[in-house]
Amino acid sequence: MTMQPQAHIKPVLSVHNISKQFGGIRAVNNVSFDVLPGEILGLIGPNGSGKSTLFNCILGQLRPTEGHCAIKGRATDGVRPADLSLMGVGRTFQQLSVFPKMSVLDNVILAGQEHEGTMFSRLFSKGDAGLTSKAEQLIDFFRLTPYRNTEAGSLSYGQQKLVDAAMAFMAGPDIVLLDEPAGGVNLTMLGYLKDRLTTYNREHGTTFVVIEHNMEFVMSLCTRIIVLAQGEVIAEGTPDQIRSNQMVIDAYLGG
Amino acid sequence: MAELLQLLISGLAAGSIYALAAVGFTLLWQASQTINFAQGEFVMLPAFFVLIGMTVFGLPLWLSIVFGLALALLILGVAFKRLIVEPMLPHGTLPLVIATIALGLLMKESVKEFYGATAQPFPAIFPQTVYNVAGASVSVQDICNLIVSMLAIGSLQLFLNRTRTGRCMQATAQNPAVAEVLGVNVKRMVLYTFLINAALATIASVLISPIYLAKFSNGETLGLVAFIAAIVGGFNQIRGALVGGLLIGVIDNLSAVYVSSEYRSAMPLILLIAIILLRPQGLLGTPEGRTV
Amino acid sequence: MTRSRITLLALAIAALVVAPLGQGNYIIYTLCSWLVFSIAAMGLNLTLGYAGQVSLAQAGFMGIGAYITALMTLNGVHWSLAAFISIVSSFAVGLALGYPALRVQHHFLAFVTLAFNTLLFLVLRNEEEITGGSFGLVGMPRPSFFGISTDGNLPFYYFSLVCFLLSTGVLWWILRSPWGRAFKALRENPIRAESLGLKIRRQTLLAFAIGSAFGGLAGAMQTPLVQFIEPGSFALIHSLKILLMVVVGGSGFFFGPMLGAAVVILLPELLRFTEGYYLIIYAALVIVLMVYSPNGLIGLGQKLLEKVRPKHEARHDLKQGVSL
Repeated sequence: MTMQPQAHIKPVLSVHNISKQFGGIRAVNNVSFDVLPGEILGLIGPNGSGKSTLFNCILGQLRPTEGHCAIKGRATDGVRPADLSLMGVGRTFQQLSVFPKMSVLDNVILAGQEHEGTMFSRLFSKGDAGLTSKAEQLIDFFRLTPYRNTEAGSLSYGQQKLVDAAMAFMAGPDIVLLDEPAGGVNLTMLGYLKDRLTTYNREHGTTFVVIEHNMEFVMSLCTRIIVLAQGEVIAEGTPDQIRSNQMVIDAYLGG
Repeated sequence: MAELLQLLISGLAAGSIYALAAVGFTLLWQASQTINFAQGEFVMLPAFFVLIGMTVFGLPLWLSIVFGLALALLILGVAFKRLIVEPMLPHGTLPLVIATIALGLLMKESVKEFYGATAQPFPAIFPQTVYNVAGASVSVQDICNLIVSMLAIGSLQLFLNRTRTGRCMQATAQNPAVAEVLGVNVKRMVLYTFLINAALATIASVLISPIYLAKFSNGETLGLVAFIAAIVGGFNQIRGALVGGLLIGVIDNLSAVYVSSEYRSAMPLILLIAIILLRPQGLLGTPEGRTV
Repeated sequence: MTRSRITLLALAIAALVVAPLGQGNYIIYTLCSWLVFSIAAMGLNLTLGYAGQVSLAQAGFMGIGAYITALMTLNGVHWSLAAFISIVSSFAVGLALGYPALRVQHHFLAFVTLAFNTLLFLVLRNEEEITGGSFGLVGMPRPSFFGISTDGNLPFYYFSLVCFLLSTGVLWWILRSPWGRAFKALRENPIRAESLGLKIRRQTLLAFAIGSAFGGLAGAMQTPLVQFIEPGSFALIHSLKILLMVVVGGSGFFFGPMLGAAVVILLPELLRFTEGYYLIIYAALVIVLMVYSPNGLIGLGQKLLEKVRPKHEARHDLKQGVSL
C-alpha cells in the first residue's frame, strides 16, 4: 500500500524518524517519509495531529527531539529561515503574509532579489536587480497583471494569497512548502488556486508539500497524501487510497 | 569590612527604590508594549505633587502624600493611558517611544518652569538617626526605605499571584487575545497596570526625595537606572527587575568608592552592555524561543 | 524620475544656492547648522525610518566624528582625511555596537545606544588630557580646498552644501538599489522577508552602521563650523533632538529629516517670545503630532492632501484579471 521511493532518484525532502516531545506530550512520534522531485505531497490530519509541529521541524524552526529532516541532503535543523530560502526552499504562511504598503510588483521582486549576487553587490546593481520581467511573468501567470502597481495590502484576501504564492515561486525554488493555502479562501478561488498550483508543478517540476485541513482541496491537488493522527502516520497513499481507508475515516469522524 | 557592609546596606536601600521604578517599567512593557522613556520623570513628579499639597493647600505630610498619590494615579495612570498610550498603540511601538521621550521632557520642563529649577528640600518620613553596627554606620532611613520597597514589591507579587484580578492581569500580559476569549476584561487589566505603575512611582518618589531632594532633573538618572535594572534582571519578570534594581544600587555605591567617582555612573552602563552581550535574556530571564 | 521631479529638484538646489546671499552671519550660521543636522538626521532616518530600529546615539556618533576631526585638524591633518577617518570610525563603532544588540529582539539597540551615548559623554568629559574635558577643544581651523579657504561664513556654507548634496546623493543611491526595497520589507513584515532569503540581521546592522557613519560626517562638519567642541554638545539630549528631527519631519520619508531639522532648529527662534515655555510647548506639540500623525509632518501633509483632492482610482471590478 505504501509507495516506495525508487532507489535511483534522490528525494528532495527526507524526514527520518522525527519525534518531537513538548514536556510530557509527544506531538510527533517517529515519522519518516521521503518526497521525490515533482511530487505534490499532502500532509493532512485533524487538529492536534502534529502536522504543524512536523512542518516546523522540516523548516528548521523547531528542533526535533529525535531524528532529522534534510532538504536536498542538507539537514534543516537550526538553519535560519533566510538560509533555507537560499537553499531553494519556498514557503507560504497560514496567515496573510505580503508587504502591504509595497506594490505587487515590488512584493514579487523582493522575493527574488536576495537570491541575486551578494548583499554588497546588490547595493550597486539596478534598482529592480534585473528582475522586473521575470516578476511580471509570474504576476501574469497568476493573472494579477492589472494589480501590478497596486499596494498589496489593498487587494482582496484571495488575491493576496496569490501574491503570497507568487512570492514563494519567484526565486525558482526546488521545493515549496504551503501552509494551509486553502484557509479562508472561497470556493471559486480555491479551484483557481488549485489550477495554478498544478500548472506550475507541471511546467516547472517543482515539488510541493501542502499542509491542509480542507480534504477536498488536498484530494484534488496532491499526488500522494500522508495522514497524521496523534503524532503518527496512520495512512499513506494516493488520494483514492486515502479516501477509502477505514483508519482515516475513523480518525476524522471521531475515532 | 565595616565600610563594605555600610556600602552594601545603603546600596540595597537605593537599589530597592530603583527596583520600584524598574518593576513599574516592566509591568507597562508586559501589559501594553509601552517602553516608557518618561519613567524617571514619573518618579520625579509625585514628590512635587506632595510638596504642592503641603505648601499650597497647607496639608500635613501624610495627607499630602495621599493627595500626591491620588494626583499621580490620575495623571500618570489614567490620563497617560487614555490620552497617550491608547490612541497610539495601533501605530506600533515607535511613535509611542517618541511620545514618551517628549512626555518626559514636558514633565521636566513644566516642573522647572512652574515650580522652580532649584532642588527643593523634602520632609523626611523616617528618622534620620544613624546607628553604629559593628563599626558600620547604618541609617534608619535606609533600612526603612528598604523595608517599605520590599513590602510594596512583595505585596504586588502576592496580589498578582494570589488574587483573581492579579491572575487576570498576568493572563492579559501573557496573551491578551486568549485572555479576552476567556472573559477577562483586558482593557481594565491594562488600566490597573498603569495605576500600579503610578503608585509604585509615587512610593519611589516619596522615599527617594528626602535623600536627593526634589529636583526637576531627578528623572534623568532614575529613568536610565530603572530600565537598566529591568534589562539586567530579565525584561519580562518582576523578580528580574527587583534583582536588577538591587544589583545596580549596590554596584553604584561600591563603584563610587572602589572605582572612581568620575566613572561611577559608567558602571551600570557597562553592566548593561555586558549583560546584553553575554546574557541578553537578563540574569533571571529565560531565552525566548524562536517563533515561526 | 519624471521631468517634473527633476525640475523640482533643480529648483530646490538653486534655492539652497541663493539662500545665504545677502544674509547676515547669524542666518548663514543657522543655515549651516541646518545642513549639518540634516545630514545627521538623514543617517538616523536610514536606521529608524527605513530599517525600523531606534538609535539613541546619533549625537554620540557626531561626537566621535567631531573629536576625531578636531584632534586631527589641530595636528595639521587636512580636513578631508580627518572626515574620512571620522566616517570610517563611526561606521566601525556602529557595527561593533549593533552586532550584539541586534542578536536580541525588542528594542535592544535603543538601550545599547543609549548606554553608549552616556558612556561616551563620560569619557569625553573625564579624559581631559586628550579631549580637554569639560572645557572642550578650541581653535580648529576651517579647511581650504585647492587654495580656496572656507574661513568666511559664505564659503563655509557652500562647503557644507556640497557635503550635504553628496550625502543626499549617497543616501538616494542606497535607497534606489535593491537595498531600499529590502529595508521597506524589513519594516513591514520582517518574518516574511526573512523567509524570502533576506538576511534581516545583517541588513539592519548595515543600515545602522551606515546611518551612524552619516552621524560621523555631520560631526566632522560641526567641528570647523563651531570651532569649539565640548562633551555637552554630544550628550544624550542631543541624540533625542536628532531623533525628534527625524520623527517630526516624517520618518521613512526621504525629505522628512531635512524638514524636521529645519523645524527643530527654527522653532526655538519662532517660539522665542514664549521664553521659558519653549520646551514645554515643543514637547506638547510632539506628543500631539505623534497621536494624530505618527508619520510626522510629511505624513500629516499627505493626509490633508488626500482629503482635499480624492484620488481618481479606476474601479477595481472594471479591471481585467482575477478578482476573487
